[in-house]
Amino acid sequence: MITNLAAVTGTTSTGEAVQFWVLAVVAVGGALGMLLMRKAVHSALCLAATMLALAVCYMAQGAVFLGVVQIVVYTGAIMMLFLFVVMLVGVTSEDSLKEQLKGQRFAAVLCGLGFGVLLIAGIANAKLDHFTGLHEANAEGNVPGLARLIFTRYVWAFEVTGALLITAAIGAMVLTHREHVKAPKTQRELAAQRVKDNLQLPPLPAPGVYARHNAVDIPALLPDGTIAEDSVMETLRQRGQIRDVSQAMLQRMAELENTTADWLGRPSSERPPVAGPRKSLEPVPANNVNNVNNANNAGVPKADEEGAE
Amino acid sequence: MNPVNYLYLSALLFTIGASGVLIRRNAIVLFMCVELMLNASNLALVTFSRLHGTLDGQIIAFFTMVVAAAEVVVGLAIIVSIFRTRHSASVDDSNLMKL
Repeated sequence: MITNLAAVTGTTSTGEAVQFWVLAVVAVGGALGMLLMRKAVHSALCLAATMLALAVCYMAQGAVFLGVVQIVVYTGAIMMLFLFVVMLVGVTSEDSLKEQLKGQRFAAVLCGLGFGVLLIAGIANAKLDHFTGLHEANAEGNVPGLARLIFTRYVWAFEVTGALLITAAIGAMVLTHREHVKAPKTQRELAAQRVKDNLQLPPLPAPGVYARHNAVDIPALLPDGTIAEDSVMETLRQRGQIRDVSQAMLQRMAELENTTADWLGRPSSERPPVAGPRKSLEPVPANNVNNVNNANNAGVPKADEEGAE
Repeated sequence: MNPVNYLYLSALLFTIGASGVLIRRNAIVLFMCVELMLNASNLALVTFSRLHGTLDGQIIAFFTMVVAAAEVVVGLAIIVSIFRTRHSASVDDSNLMKL
């Protein structure tokens, strides 16, 4: 196995070298992608790729347990949390390119480059030619070795970690908890509000024309044959997915009439006209309404005057 | 290949993460950059563990992961509560400590 071989010897095998160069490209590419993508979702996905590459790097270096924990905790839990919050906060939210401080971005890139050069120069100057390898430490397996250390030398840190995790969980709950500023409205108050606003008081009409269809996208018909838009749910209405069947019966009748006429051999002039689309109800012209109002208004003072007399 | 290359990779990733913290303005992406820096340091710790032939570096990396998980939980909760009151996840818009 490559991982064992790599962990045993101080220098790496060819297999590990190939794997390293492939994964390094993936990791750095993912990190750069995270830095440069404008949308937070894309950044999160790039970071997940980087973390997966790093997990394989851990495993290749003999840290099998850490590699698995990296996949489970980081790419599993933490990135899931990130994606959850990104979806909550708004997938479409993009970084604004406006700089609050003039030249801050340029200075930041410069600082980053300088920092990277310093860091890499420091590593290059360090004397790191002898790698002991983990073959002794991992002799009884990686997990037992880690467990031995965690539960003996680092047991205090381990216990404190438990306290930290509980504190973090409680902190998250406290931070995202929302107090009700005022009591939510009861059903009675909501009903009273509806009467006060004089909106639709009775229940909305049910969809469907029961003689032929009762699907939810088919509006009920009003007594004059037009459709009752209220009977179809808001979502379908907004999508324009209303199936109007108010004309279906008339068309069927017209077809029957035609068939009958064909059977009887009537000439086309004697046939009844095929029913076209029904005219929608004409609204009362605005002028008439005004006239009526004016008439009323004119009438009322007159009555008052009469009363006064 | 010399295993020191892992340290170079780690330094590179850390630098990218640090630059990201300075460059980006979205609070969530800032957090991702911090996570990347933690990951890079973890890689360095694992490599040092291999260098010294002891497992202590891996233990510290393990504790780093636990602390990172706790930190992300609290940090994202803060981001969500700030977003609720200010309707923005940009760090430029949050100029007051109070909500």
